[in-house]
Amino acid sequence: MVMATFKLWRGDRDAGRFEDYQTDITEGMVVLDAVHQIQAEQAQDLAVRWNCKAGKCGSCSAEVNGSPKLMCMTRCSDIPLDKPVSIEPMKAFPLIKDLVTDVSWNFQVKKRIKPFKPRQPDADDGTWRMAQADIDRVQEFRKCIECFLCQDVCHVLREHQMHDAFIGPRFFVYGASLEMHPLDIENRLGDLKDSDGIGYCNITKCCTKVCPEDITITDNAIIPLKERVVDEFYDPLQKLFRIFRPRG
Amino acid sequence: MAQAELTLKQHGFGQTRRRDLWWLQPLAVFAGLSTFVIYTTWAAFQGEYYAFGPYLSPLYSPELFGESSHSWFGAKPSWWPAVLPWSPAFLILWAPGGFRLTCYYYRGAYYKAFWADPPSCAVAEPRHRYLGENSFPLILQNIHRYFLYLALLFVVVLAYDVWNALWFTDAATGATSFGIGIGTLVLAANVVFLGGYTLGCHSLRHLVGGIRDRLSASPARLKAYNCVGCLNRRHMLWAWMSLCWVGFSDVYVRLCAMGIWTDLRIL
Repeated sequence: MVMATFKLWRGDRDAGRFEDYQTDITEGMVVLDAVHQIQAEQAQDLAVRWNCKAGKCGSCSAEVNGSPKLMCMTRCSDIPLDKPVSIEPMKAFPLIKDLVTDVSWNFQVKKRIKPFKPRQPDADDGTWRMAQADIDRVQEFRKCIECFLCQDVCHVLREHQMHDAFIGPRFFVYGASLEMHPLDIENRLGDLKDSDGIGYCNITKCCTKVCPEDITITDNAIIPLKERVVDEFYDPLQKLFRIFRPRG
Repeated sequence: MAQAELTLKQHGFGQTRRRDLWWLQPLAVFAGLSTFVIYTTWAAFQGEYYAFGPYLSPLYSPELFGESSHSWFGAKPSWWPAVLPWSPAFLILWAPGGFRLTCYYYRGAYYKAFWADPPSCAVAEPRHRYLGENSFPLILQNIHRYFLYLALLFVVVLAYDVWNALWFTDAATGATSFGIGIGTLVLAANVVFLGGYTLGCHSLRHLVGGIRDRLSASPARLKAYNCVGCLNRRHMLWAWMSLCWVGFSDVYVRLCAMGIWTDLRIL
């Protein structure tokens, strides 16, 4: 057992500060355990959002020592406990209280993305057939738990606060899962270029680094979408080829 | 769309609560890329010591016009403005340079290392204004696939240089014979690294298969997509290996040509 100091952000939209709490850390504890222990023993009014404690609900996103992480998946043994451990809410979203932020902006964005639009059924039984090879590519995107850590670390949202012009990596992953789906026939490329602001992404790969589901966000979702936008709007040769070879 | 009003903004360049050595990677990228750019610029301006026997420095290949035996179309062209310095490298170096400059990996790396945009993940930036690649000038990065087409040609040319590097001319008799020198291996490794980097390009992955939603209908495309994707997963590694080896290849040929290093013959 070791005594560790945690600097927890306490406050609301109007004001806030870090407060120090000391608590015992035992083997196997994760940061969320420590926060719950502090909440139970020292700060009953501490606001913290959590649900599954298994890295699957995406609720307990926060910044541990300045890095966006799921508190339930961050082992205390993996962080230096000889110095105070800072825990603060995500910076890309408005603060509600203490460690809880208002992530509802993300849900508004998601509603705006054109939904799945399958082609006409092509099998005799009135359904579709898909090859595994075709669905493999979008399967990775289905792992997303919507923890919004990628949104939090993205400097376009976090630093430049361009929430009105840029939908963020989470929704490029969502867009890619639809746009690359072998059954989908909707065209979202115009939206990606204009209202979704994919051009603002400058490929720093921070979103990929923080993803707790190890989704290769930049390489497998954002860059392929950027390339499709180039096809559609910036590449004269592709425009020429499309006359003879429709998108498929 | 509703604007999210943030309450915990970061202020001040470099501000972060990260405790790790977040500055180390951008610093290493800055040092590595700066060293390469300075060296290649210097080497390009030399205009000499770029060929040695059957070896031609990759910084000068293809030698479209020049004084060495590797030149495709003869000596310095008469239309080259007299007021400008001359080097065969000036005619070709823009193409591989443009390929690397617009490469998705390098873009992310040099935006961090040279523009601090951001300096590192979750670290505050020096500027408030941000345009990204959404408008001029960085929207021009979308030209990357055109540099890819040129880069693929360069890989073919450099592979041909390796073939040439297998044939040594006897200075006394003028006879040509098959052989392998250390320089041959250096140039061959250069093609392998450049091939791994170029064939793992994100744009190539898109063009060979990523452009389609139903790849299974075209097995050749699917195979090509998987092959390029395999190289793409280590794109950063290929990028750095090829960058360092191109520089080393030029150093090797240059020092051999200057008589400082001796090229050992294996066969």
